[in-house]
Amino acid sequence: MTANVIGKAIRRKEDPALIQGKGLYTDDMKMAGMLHAAFVRSPFGKARILGIDASRATELEGVHAVYTAEDVRQLGPLLAQVAIGALRPLLADGTVNHVGEAVAMVVATDRYVAQDAVDAVDVDYEPLEAVVDLEDAASDRTIANDTNASNVIHVWEVGDADAVAAARATDGAVEVSVKMINQRLIPTAIEPRSALADYNGGYGNMTLYSSSQIPHAVAGALGKTFGLSSNNVRVIAPEVGGGFGAKLNYYSEEALVTFASRELGSPVKWTETRREASVATIHGRGWVGTATIVGTGEGKILAYELDALSDMGAYTQNFTVAIPLLGQYVAPGQYDIPIHWKVQCVATNAPTTDAYRGAGRPEAIFYLERAIDAFAREIGMDPADVRKRNFFEEFPATTAAGMLMDSGDYGANLDKLLELADYQGLRRKQEEARAEGRTIGIGLSTYVEVCGFGPSALAEGGFSWASYGLPAAFNGSGLVRVNPDGTATVMIGTGPSGQGHETTWAQIVSEALGIAVEDIQVRHGDTRDSPMGIGTFGSRSLAVDGSATSQAAEKVREKAARVAAHMMEASPDDIEFADGGAHVTGSPDKTVTWAEIAEVAYQPHRLPDGMEGGMEANAVFSPANATWPFGSHLAVVDVDTTTGDVTLLEYFAMDDCGNVINPMIVDGQVHGGLAQGISQALFEHAIFDEDGNLLTGSLLDYPIPTAGDLPSFTLDRTTTPTDVNPMGVKGIGEAGTIGSAQTVLNAVIDAVAHLGVTHIDMPLRPKRVWQAIHGNGA
Amino acid sequence: MQVSLTVNGRTQTAEIESRTLLVHYLREHLNLTGTHVGCETSYCGACTVLVDGKAIKSCTMLAVQTEGAAITTIEGLANGELHPVQQGFVERHGLQCGFCTPGMIMSAVALLDENDSPSEDEIRHGIEGNLCRCTGYHNIVKSIEYAAATMRGDDPPASDWEDES
Repeated sequence: MTANVIGKAIRRKEDPALIQGKGLYTDDMKMAGMLHAAFVRSPFGKARILGIDASRATELEGVHAVYTAEDVRQLGPLLAQVAIGALRPLLADGTVNHVGEAVAMVVATDRYVAQDAVDAVDVDYEPLEAVVDLEDAASDRTIANDTNASNVIHVWEVGDADAVAAARATDGAVEVSVKMINQRLIPTAIEPRSALADYNGGYGNMTLYSSSQIPHAVAGALGKTFGLSSNNVRVIAPEVGGGFGAKLNYYSEEALVTFASRELGSPVKWTETRREASVATIHGRGWVGTATIVGTGEGKILAYELDALSDMGAYTQNFTVAIPLLGQYVAPGQYDIPIHWKVQCVATNAPTTDAYRGAGRPEAIFYLERAIDAFAREIGMDPADVRKRNFFEEFPATTAAGMLMDSGDYGANLDKLLELADYQGLRRKQEEARAEGRTIGIGLSTYVEVCGFGPSALAEGGFSWASYGLPAAFNGSGLVRVNPDGTATVMIGTGPSGQGHETTWAQIVSEALGIAVEDIQVRHGDTRDSPMGIGTFGSRSLAVDGSATSQAAEKVREKAARVAAHMMEASPDDIEFADGGAHVTGSPDKTVTWAEIAEVAYQPHRLPDGMEGGMEANAVFSPANATWPFGSHLAVVDVDTTTGDVTLLEYFAMDDCGNVINPMIVDGQVHGGLAQGISQALFEHAIFDEDGNLLTGSLLDYPIPTAGDLPSFTLDRTTTPTDVNPMGVKGIGEAGTIGSAQTVLNAVIDAVAHLGVTHIDMPLRPKRVWQAIHGNGA
Repeated sequence: MQVSLTVNGRTQTAEIESRTLLVHYLREHLNLTGTHVGCETSYCGACTVLVDGKAIKSCTMLAVQTEGAAITTIEGLANGELHPVQQGFVERHGLQCGFCTPGMIMSAVALLDENDSPSEDEIRHGIEGNLCRCTGYHNIVKSIEYAAATMRGDDPPASDWEDES
């Protein structure tokens, strides 16, 4: 009855342009008279600006303007959706509070001249004491940003401290505490950010091309910053070369090129350099904390406690302070256990942190799952058995963090993983390897993820773009139009950066209408055309905007059935869609094509009396709840105890994202997520010296993995659909990352625990592992 | 300075600043924007092009250094039909955001030019000069294996998915 394309590995509609170099990213855009912007940035973690002398720069041929704080102060600070803590001035105003903070903007005829001019701007700084260490900052010995009275700008706390105390007082209770760092990371999309503003004073229209995950939100924010109505602001996110949360912000550079274009009457483009990307784009993670499990010797967990600090950086941007809240939502993981969970948000003299793939959830699951492993080791129980002992088994389940999880099947998922990996076989091989002098480790982790944001009422709690000037809840929308030639156009408000929406959404509409995938075009990322949509982040697009599109397609199908019934003199109830048209049930030879249906639909005089012409529908979808994907992962590592080198031998992932539209795209999302979590475990760390200088500011010293650093992955799935949306889908973008860092770390500890090692902080570089095995002084 | 070279089979002569990087010459003078800039330190490989058949990172080469050379960019790879490496990336989902893809494809073309039957390990080490943040490389490896097989005239290895019928 339908196209039967759901669940199929349809090859991507996105690919033909991208593999031929024809995909257009923001930096590929050119306009007549276009100027180039570049930024003078702070070389100090904290300093007073005593003066800025731009005279040498403005004298250079080709330089059009140099702007400083006094030129843009009236535009206000950069908008933040959760505005707790100091907001970022568009250009540093009197002080700088982290290395890389923008101090002045140069606009010139080309990017080379702009860079020359940046070098010619003289800024006189008086360096001040900076603070970057989290515990030092939390003590308030040094205030990072003088706008804040204390570096601790917010505290998230949930659960029941009394329950933890009662657990501790239980006879025979075993308590295990581990202090752990979940290090600061640099998201590192391969496409640096880029923004091109074009203000047309004649029309009064502002157009901004930007490599953004949230074009509608940026349009709202530009409107608010510049006092323009929705009709006068158009934001276009063309091809976006990876986001991972780092392009889920309204950034000062977007406002500043817009300002410059309005001032100069010319299009102005800025494209980030990689070194800029490492200090001007948001970072992620950056927690230090102690996780404690109290339980019985038989593996029952009586309580879990986390006491942690989370690094906010110098300024609050979009969701900065709310990131740990997302962690709080999943604090008890898959477990029916009492918790007391507290995270303090701490300002430091470092770039702002915000959403990076997983956003709070990888950190929360990391602490929990590392602590459970340490507890299992302490009581001498298999870590898989300890986990199974404490799973939620009945759904819906209300967790100790106060969240309602609609569905799950944790035991079956973990069992399937253990079977896939041949867990018992691996344990035997581990023993055999040890007898041969090889040090193999096996690590496990489970996870839950909260995503699919979100229910409309969450807007009251900050899940909206209201502070960006766009009072729209995190609903999804989709518009489906059948064109007069029988092809279909789908318009959505998501902001994909590689997730394959054009293909997946075409499958959804093809399934409903029977129009071939190749005859469906999916458009996104242009706020002039797209229905209101809030962007792509938090593994939400399919569950929310996909659901809306599915509903819109159903509306079109209902109308088309009435048109086809009229054309074939049948009842609408007897109309079925397949193979590019409609037929009457039981009479497959009695058909009309979509082109024939559309031809009638666009000529209302040929429609039944009272039926409106055209063939399109829009739908807005607000889910009843967030979704709760889950899964379990297993890693096998080889640790060279002589060098400390860790080799990841095998990685197994058993994820459950509910129903799957395109398994190829879902697998791809898992692979990429795994790589980023594994890389946190083994490679990546944004390191600052005590003055706030970033020591890992290029790809030479911030090592994201190469193909040679990773193995092929072994994936499988369980399928537990949710009923909070019509397609039963839950989200997969972040699962791989949330499940993986602690899986690898648990494997490494499993390998070297017999040598007396109880914990090693990430990343597990050879020197660290070697020192843990041999002792720092060895 | 004047520079003359061949780009995708067409002779190009231009008067450029001597400091113009090859990647900016290609992108901004010739409008060949398929070659990307991801790091400007020769590390990410998004700017990889073929210079006289060798994979070269065009972000750290001056355009004037390529005087007289023959350059192939991603736009010049398909010759009426897709190059097998391009086809492999489609068939095995070797790309997501697509930003690293042109450089990755050019490196894979150079790799297969030297070794028509690379092992998984040889593929992984052969593309170490190209970074991808989306795919975890799993499907890039599969894409190159697909291309190697089809270029040899063999059947490509089965995909990880039950293909659409």
